[in-house]
Amino acid sequence: MSEVKYSKEHEWIKLDGEEATIGITKHATEMLGDIVFAELPEKGSNVDKDGTAGVVESTKAASDVYTPVSGEVIDTNQMIVDDPSKINEDPEESAWFFKLKIKDKTEMDTLMNKEEYEKFAKETSA
Amino acid sequence: MSIKKTSLNNLHIKYGAKLVEFAGYQMPIQYKDGIIQEHKYTRSHSGIFDVSHMGQLFISGGDDLTNNLEKIFPADLKKLKTNQSKYSFLMNNKGGIQDDLIITKTYDGFLIILNAACKYNDYEVIKSKLDNQYKLNLDESLSLIALQGPEAKNVLNKVIPGCDNLKFMSGNNYVYNNGKVYITRSGYTGEDGFEISIKHSDAEIFVESLIENGSKLIGLGARDTLRMEAGLCLYGNDLDNDTSPIEANLKWAIPKSRIETEFVGSEVLKNQFQSGVKKLRVGIKPDSKVIARENTKIYNDKNQEIGKVTSGTFGPSVEHPIAMGYVDNSYSTVNTKIFLEVRGKKIPANICNLPFYKKNYVKGEINV
Repeated sequence: MSEVKYSKEHEWIKLDGEEATIGITKHATEMLGDIVFAELPEKGSNVDKDGTAGVVESTKAASDVYTPVSGEVIDTNQMIVDDPSKINEDPEESAWFFKLKIKDKTEMDTLMNKEEYEKFAKETSA
Repeated sequence: MSIKKTSLNNLHIKYGAKLVEFAGYQMPIQYKDGIIQEHKYTRSHSGIFDVSHMGQLFISGGDDLTNNLEKIFPADLKKLKTNQSKYSFLMNNKGGIQDDLIITKTYDGFLIILNAACKYNDYEVIKSKLDNQYKLNLDESLSLIALQGPEAKNVLNKVIPGCDNLKFMSGNNYVYNNGKVYITRSGYTGEDGFEISIKHSDAEIFVESLIENGSKLIGLGARDTLRMEAGLCLYGNDLDNDTSPIEANLKWAIPKSRIETEFVGSEVLKNQFQSGVKKLRVGIKPDSKVIARENTKIYNDKNQEIGKVTSGTFGPSVEHPIAMGYVDNSYSTVNTKIFLEVRGKKIPANICNLPFYKKNYVKGEINV
């Protein structure tokens, strides 16, 4: 089974061979509140590690979604564009944001594991 | 200065509020259910709002008080009956709005409900304009609780019998827990509802009894989405010192009988009544799901900037993004195509009628 890793911007990433699935964490959705809008990167576009790769908006505010690794966008999840509330319901499974063909596997090493992320999330949400 | 807490602070925490600082007070932005559920609960049942941060200014004194207040506010205070309320403005000499407020005639004077962020300044301005002749009391011994929604009257009537007799934009004294409360039928959500002025020590048990009768606490987040759907202005966003009531499309709040008379800003307003205004507040409906928030620039089809958004969100009941803002008057007609600059892209939108959500006020003396 592939390991899930986490970024400081509250994205999760699951690697399966060369293909990575990326979404935002449950903790992120709890901070954002009810999500009412999602914008995803274009299929076929290239995104760079830590660059903007989408937007989510809650009733309160807009937040950028960043990509934790570089790569080519090979798929996006239309379901969350059509019904953004799915992101609140199931952020770490069915409500993924986009899939990448990743460029450099070593970028994964800079990310946190589950335990590290949970500690980070707890410390940063005082 | 340390952050202030309202008398309901413990209750907010008990019901799982996410607290934020607002106008110097620690206030609930939302509770456990979240903004959308809270919004919908208010529209379908009833919601309780802690608005104790707002100012409750009581003015009492001599016979000429009404005359002197009419020199400040553009409302027809002479015609106001005891316990009747009117929406009005504190303006500067340029006709800009320093605050929007509700004036109610009481037995011995007037009660003015002021915005939290403006109340101390308003107090000083009003006091000095009245030449310190009257007794002004910005009463901080009272909480203010709003109960809004179609079930508000049934819920409140169980706790304070008789309040369902109140007409829209009017008030009266009632008794709760052997103490005096002052209730007006008014609000900020587009729903029927009440605002209850009650002493701090009774506020918590009063709210608990509303909850026992089926109401729920609602945070400032849903208060904002509710008022936006109802097309109501938020001071600091949609109204400010550089914007007149005419520009804000609130001409209805200036009675015809006052247009030719003198009050602070009357010269500017009279001119604007005669020659029109350059900018006007309008409703804006984006074509797509993109949300245009405050300060979003507005363009015409020739890519010329024509205004900006002052409030914008997703409307949970209309299930669509909504916004309001100011545009050059020549673009203010309903169905005019405009473009909103969001994250570098021009998003098509239309000027639309306000409110986005049809108001459900009770019949009575409608304030138009």
